[in-house]
Amino acid sequence: MDMRLIRRLHARLIENIDGPLLAIALAIVGFGLATIYSATFYAGGRTVAQVMNLGVGLLAMWFVARLPPQKLMRFAVPLYVVGVVLLVLVFPLGVKVNGARRWLSLGFTRVQPAEILKIAMPLMLAWYFHKHEAMLKIRHYAIAGLLLAVPFALIAEQPDLGTAILVGAAGFYVIFFAGLPWKIIVGMIVAGAAATPFVWSMLRDYQRRRILTLIDPSADPLGSGYHIIQSTIAIGSGGPFGKGWLQGTQTHLEFIPERHTDFIFAVFSEERGLAGNCILLILYLLLIVRGLTITARAPTLFARLLGGSITLSFFTYAFVNMGMVSGILPVVGVPLPFMSYGGTALVTLFLGIGILMGIQSHRMLVKQ
Amino acid sequence: MKTARSDGDSFVLLGGVPHKPRDDELARFRFRVAFAAGAVVLAFSLLIGRFVFLQVFQHEYYTTRADDNRISLVPIPPSRGIIEDRNGVVLARNYSAFTLEITPSKVDDIDRTIESLEEFIEILPKDKRRFRKLAEESRPFESLPIRTRLADEEVARFAANRYRFPGVEVKARLFRQYPLGPIAAHAIGYINRINKADLETIGEMEQSSNYKGTEHIGKTGLEKSYEFQLHGGAGYEKVETDAGGQAVRSLSRTAPVPGDKLTLTLDIKLQDMAEKAFGDRRGALVAIEPATGEILALVSMPTFDPNLFVDGIRSEDWDMLNNSPDRPMVNRAINGAYPIGSTFKPFMALAGLETGKRTPNQAFFDPGFFTFGRHTFRDDKRGGHGMVDMYKSIVQSCDTYYYALANDMGIEAIARFMKPIGFGGKTGIDIDGESEGVLPSPEWKRRRFRQPAQQKWFGGETISVGIGQGYNAYTPIQLAQATATLANDGVLFRPHLVKYVTDARTGEKTMIEPEPLRTLPWKRQNVDFVKKAMIGVNREGTGARAFAGAEYTSGGKTGTAQVFSLKGADYKAQKLKQELRDHALFIAFAPAEQPKIALAVLVENGGFGAQSAAPIARMVLDYYLLGRQPDGPARDDEEAVEGDEE
Repeated sequence: MDMRLIRRLHARLIENIDGPLLAIALAIVGFGLATIYSATFYAGGRTVAQVMNLGVGLLAMWFVARLPPQKLMRFAVPLYVVGVVLLVLVFPLGVKVNGARRWLSLGFTRVQPAEILKIAMPLMLAWYFHKHEAMLKIRHYAIAGLLLAVPFALIAEQPDLGTAILVGAAGFYVIFFAGLPWKIIVGMIVAGAAATPFVWSMLRDYQRRRILTLIDPSADPLGSGYHIIQSTIAIGSGGPFGKGWLQGTQTHLEFIPERHTDFIFAVFSEERGLAGNCILLILYLLLIVRGLTITARAPTLFARLLGGSITLSFFTYAFVNMGMVSGILPVVGVPLPFMSYGGTALVTLFLGIGILMGIQSHRMLVKQ
Repeated sequence: MKTARSDGDSFVLLGGVPHKPRDDELARFRFRVAFAAGAVVLAFSLLIGRFVFLQVFQHEYYTTRADDNRISLVPIPPSRGIIEDRNGVVLARNYSAFTLEITPSKVDDIDRTIESLEEFIEILPKDKRRFRKLAEESRPFESLPIRTRLADEEVARFAANRYRFPGVEVKARLFRQYPLGPIAAHAIGYINRINKADLETIGEMEQSSNYKGTEHIGKTGLEKSYEFQLHGGAGYEKVETDAGGQAVRSLSRTAPVPGDKLTLTLDIKLQDMAEKAFGDRRGALVAIEPATGEILALVSMPTFDPNLFVDGIRSEDWDMLNNSPDRPMVNRAINGAYPIGSTFKPFMALAGLETGKRTPNQAFFDPGFFTFGRHTFRDDKRGGHGMVDMYKSIVQSCDTYYYALANDMGIEAIARFMKPIGFGGKTGIDIDGESEGVLPSPEWKRRRFRQPAQQKWFGGETISVGIGQGYNAYTPIQLAQATATLANDGVLFRPHLVKYVTDARTGEKTMIEPEPLRTLPWKRQNVDFVKKAMIGVNREGTGARAFAGAEYTSGGKTGTAQVFSLKGADYKAQKLKQELRDHALFIAFAPAEQPKIALAVLVENGGFGAQSAAPIARMVLDYYLLGRQPDGPARDDEEAVEGDEE
């Protein structure tokens, strides 16, 4: 009797869970926890707090995985509208932190409206294309582009270029998978290259400084150049097999800034070396391959577009972050997915995993 | 074979057959997925390439750089700007002293280390307590002082035993010192160790690089409001270090840029003399040069010694300052809002003239009370002042005259007239912590209260506003600014404490220009009349005893404000008797013909204005205009019975 109850509970618990996806994500989180411990144990550890974030993330994943993708469609428009309205409100009402208005105070807590768009943007565009399925014209792509451009511009104006790029990428992936003609893609790349000088003039001082720092880190040795110099030393001195867990001198002599958040990869890379980096990249690759597999099998256009965009977002985060820490991309505030310390980011990522699982487990179902 | 699902979802199971979109669409989609996967692999290969480059080909190079991280950048904090008074007397400076510092992360057993250090160097229990507090607030790799101001022998004794104490160092550091101690402490403010909130501010101002190596930051007063001028720019030194992180050789050096020097408008001798005049009384005094808005003295009594804060204040000292019922940390001159009593009358009189509600010669009979509806407002003088014109109303401080005037003008007109003189608004003085006070008006009441019953303005409330009571609450600096504006015939300046800022390298001076904020459109004859009446106050009226025998002409006005229960209950219980006494006020300007100084004095629970505030004003004016040094604190004039005057 009891056994049967437990078995039924167990079945209920895992019925929507995709084993491979969960295993890969947890493996990366495991590496992350070990690295967070190494980066923070002597100065008020953050490991336990991150385990609790993980708990919340898993719970969020489990709930979302139970929802069929069709149900998610209902959230698309409201979530997008709320997100954009909050983004507009940030300008008059936002709290200024470090020279940028990104936060909105709710009295008891602060929220970053741009975070909402990370999920709302692909939802909205996937819903839009799904609605016009099988009769897509150029003008639909143009409208989708507009839906993408408005929040992108609002976030970039805060200014928060890092998040703007992530949101922009998530939206672009939807448009790409929806079949944006290659001619237009190529045309955009050419136009983008031609517009570089114009974009340069639009960038804010600190953003320009970060790009210049990439070219010559020694120009600002006490400021942002310092971060790149020190994280590059950390990675390089890690060598093929690393210095060993808790043995990173760059980390423990406090040369690496933001050790447990944006620059956690420098800590990992110093202690685990090239071998560790390859394992981590393989894990990310497996995660992406699994996500794309689920996407390719998805039953509806909405699910395919959403799944594809979420999966490629994992890629964007990982690539931008590792590129920044190893000195081939400018410094933008992007965490390393499933590794960096931080509750909001981790929960958002597991929400994404949950959506993918929902797509996978409901692929036999279509709307009546 | 459709089966409805039991959980109520509107979905059906299609016999396990996946829904199939159109084949060409699906093919196109799958091609794009494959394309994306290819792009991902390509991007990751790029990363692998970069890692191989760094970790295999450049491995040795980076190992050498990391192994001893031989070359490190040591920020050199700039020396903080000096603050001096208008005559060049130094009010805040720096001196170099040796400190004994411990870096907690480099020491195994801190308690044992401290114990062994005590063999050479005296370490008091309070030093240990402060060190523990600092250690809690700081990161473990920061070097923290256990003892400051070491004597030369102590440095020598430690140097001989240095090898025994890894992680312990003697460092030469610059310390802030306020040579005059508590004098003008509220204006100058103090610095203290940088805390989390300060770090955020520094980040917001994009000053993080500049503050590496800086340990202190201005917390109050001018030290805070001119922080970024006083701080200067950090320099840095490239040094070669040994394996333990000790600098062995300097490779290159970029010198720091010292902070700017502030020259204040304060006359510190006047300030000192005015503070002494208060004796052990609580209160505030603000003296302004009417023609420029320069603040000559900004007194808030009691005061405190800012030197206590410089290296992190001891908890005993902090408790004493914070728990004292006299509240020495409050800057009463700009933060305390008080009803100003009869010192409001000259401004009311001017309002009456300017709005045409009164002429100077119009006289009224004062029976000793004023009736409004069924409510009676009493004059302090039993039986009244008899026939009263405007001159007499100011000189003898007749209440009834102003009850009637306030009633005739109405609250809106009063507020409209007072607002541009600065009543009930921040003056914009260049230090933080100013309060707005309250300029009562129906609109203010609507904003102030929640319940509709309380939001309504009653006509009776206007009456007591006319004599500076009721909801009126102004800061001493507002009152001084208003007095200076009157003395200056309606030209209003922003009161300020800094006269000019000197660039420490180039010697270039940036003047804080005395630009008038606005010129009030007052008729000359009206202003002259009110001034004449205020001269009368000091010659034959309520201020005459205090100004007997003065060798210059001055205008003044006494004030006595009923005390509201504004303070906490403890305060009351402790000093119940004194607490019940009224606040004494006095405003003055002199010389009357060409005012060089205008001031407002407030003595908390000082009784009548003529009794305790006017003698202080007399001393300050005697000193400023004649150079006469007083022989002690101002004495209360116990015989000044203001009861039948106010």
